[in-house]
Amino acid sequence: MTDHTSVRAGARRPQRYLPLQILLGFLVIYFLVPFWWVIVNSSKDAPGLFGGGNTLWFTDQVDYLGNLRQLFTYDGGIYLRWMLNSTLYAIAGGVGATVLAVMAGYGFAKYRFAARRFSFAVVLGALMVPATALVIPTFIMFSRLGLTNTVWAVILPSLLNPFGVYLMHVYARDAVPDELLDAARVDGAGEVRTFLQIALPLMRPAVVTVLLLSAVASWNNYFLPLAMLSDNRLFPVTVGLGLWQGIASANNAGTTSLWSLIILGSLVSVIPLIIAFFSLQRHWRGGLSVGGLR
Amino acid sequence: MTSLTEKRAPRTQPETRKIRGKVHLREHLMGWLFVGPFGIVFLAFLIAPLGYALYLSLFQKKLIGGTSFVLFDNYVKAFTDPSFLSGAWFVIRFSLVSIPLQIIIALALALILDSVTTVFARFSRLMIFLPYAIPTVIGAVMWGFLYSRGFGPLTDIFGLFGATAPDFLSSDLIFYGLLNVVTWQWAGYYMIILYAALQGVDPTLYEAARMDGAGKWQIATRIKIPLIAPALILILVFSLIGTLQFFNEPQILRYLAAGTIGSDFTPNMYAYQQAFSLANFNYGSAISFALGGIVFICVYAFLFFTRKRRSFL
Repeated sequence: MTDHTSVRAGARRPQRYLPLQILLGFLVIYFLVPFWWVIVNSSKDAPGLFGGGNTLWFTDQVDYLGNLRQLFTYDGGIYLRWMLNSTLYAIAGGVGATVLAVMAGYGFAKYRFAARRFSFAVVLGALMVPATALVIPTFIMFSRLGLTNTVWAVILPSLLNPFGVYLMHVYARDAVPDELLDAARVDGAGEVRTFLQIALPLMRPAVVTVLLLSAVASWNNYFLPLAMLSDNRLFPVTVGLGLWQGIASANNAGTTSLWSLIILGSLVSVIPLIIAFFSLQRHWRGGLSVGGLR
Repeated sequence: MTSLTEKRAPRTQPETRKIRGKVHLREHLMGWLFVGPFGIVFLAFLIAPLGYALYLSLFQKKLIGGTSFVLFDNYVKAFTDPSFLSGAWFVIRFSLVSIPLQIIIALALALILDSVTTVFARFSRLMIFLPYAIPTVIGAVMWGFLYSRGFGPLTDIFGLFGATAPDFLSSDLIFYGLLNVVTWQWAGYYMIILYAALQGVDPTLYEAARMDGAGKWQIATRIKIPLIAPALILILVFSLIGTLQFFNEPQILRYLAAGTIGSDFTPNMYAYQQAFSLANFNYGSAISFALGGIVFICVYAFLFFTRKRRSFL
């Protein structure tokens, strides 16, 4: 009974539960430790990195600018190139996949066309196909067409996002009333105009979510570009840093400077996505609940 | 889960439509016009590669005699190949441990964040979600540093207590090293999905339960968790599919953990090695397909299992 009354009283003011907040605090530390380590250690030069001392705190020498200069000039500025490649792949793959998914999701939700149910079942089945199982045959197909080792080899397969179609389908079905579409048609709007001006604004939270998820999937992709690309000037930053990691591990002694580049490179590479997530927070959170709840 | 609820839901709609009158040709055309562009990509980059991989996997290339049709020989070889079997066994074992662990952490966090409404709780939500924005490759690189003897903090921390630091890159502990990386990377994402689902629950249900004398624990286990079961099943299936295809993290950590992680550590790594290091595309395709088969079996077994138990959930 005491429990009961305390819950009632708690409903009016912010709920605190101090022990739970302390638990949260420990978890936040755990989730932030790798970031902290990277932030601290990208301030160090090679001697600071290997000279022992506290690995979770700064040394006397804090030299972000010098390290940044080194990162962006090393090997003819290859790092900047990788970042730009990642941006290109994320935007082209993300926007392309989103446009296709939005159209298809809307089509599946709002038109009764031949073989609709069968096609949608096939798309849902495709959610279970391991994406990496497609990489080997796609590589051979592309190499026949002379497309391997070009940007298309990374962008074209990224256009496929069955989960985005599923998400858009669910969202369009629930958020876009048929009556509204019919009203627009009665008023003389064509199908395309109805879609662009009536349905699309209503689907915006889901569109942003799918866009963000597709862009992140492209930005994070490793297996596909690793298989498709051999020219390191076309690498996205994930494959590039993986390459550096391999080189640095292979001959530890000769390339100590590469380690500090990898550490700072990791830090710099995660900044764009963190900014994108936080600035678009309001938009994607509404869309995320769709996939699971219904 | 998705496919089950999905197939059921739209079924009623076409039937009600049929009563209103016949479906116009125009509606067929417009429907295919909207779905068509995705359909082309779907055929080109999913159906065609799958078919081609199946075709490739039925052939063998020999130095003498060239390429010959061998039907299922590659699959027989795969399922008797210790490299493939040990990799498959590893990812299955890893799924059985890592997925429940991640889901339990994510669920606990989502329930905490659903009831604690302070500014700090909102801040925590973002920080715990943060690793999802990090490419898995970069996450593995970061943890590789933290594990490393040379410049990781573990030596110092354990040194304070006079203990030797565990080497998470050694063959004894690599399982736990990878488990930690994966949990760190994904628990926050699953938490956000579950949290979003919890936020969608009608709060008057809790009020009604309180009226009936239910405590917080009962509300969580009897109302909240059953109501977000579809979201739970969704993330379980996705994490199962992802974990069985494990590639990025071990591939990156193998540079640091020389000798611990071989090129056949997971089936996907083995397929990659066969196809791209040894140019053995036929066997590589067969391994990919065999892995795909394992994924299908595991997912369907899981869905069957949860469907049976749905009343319990």
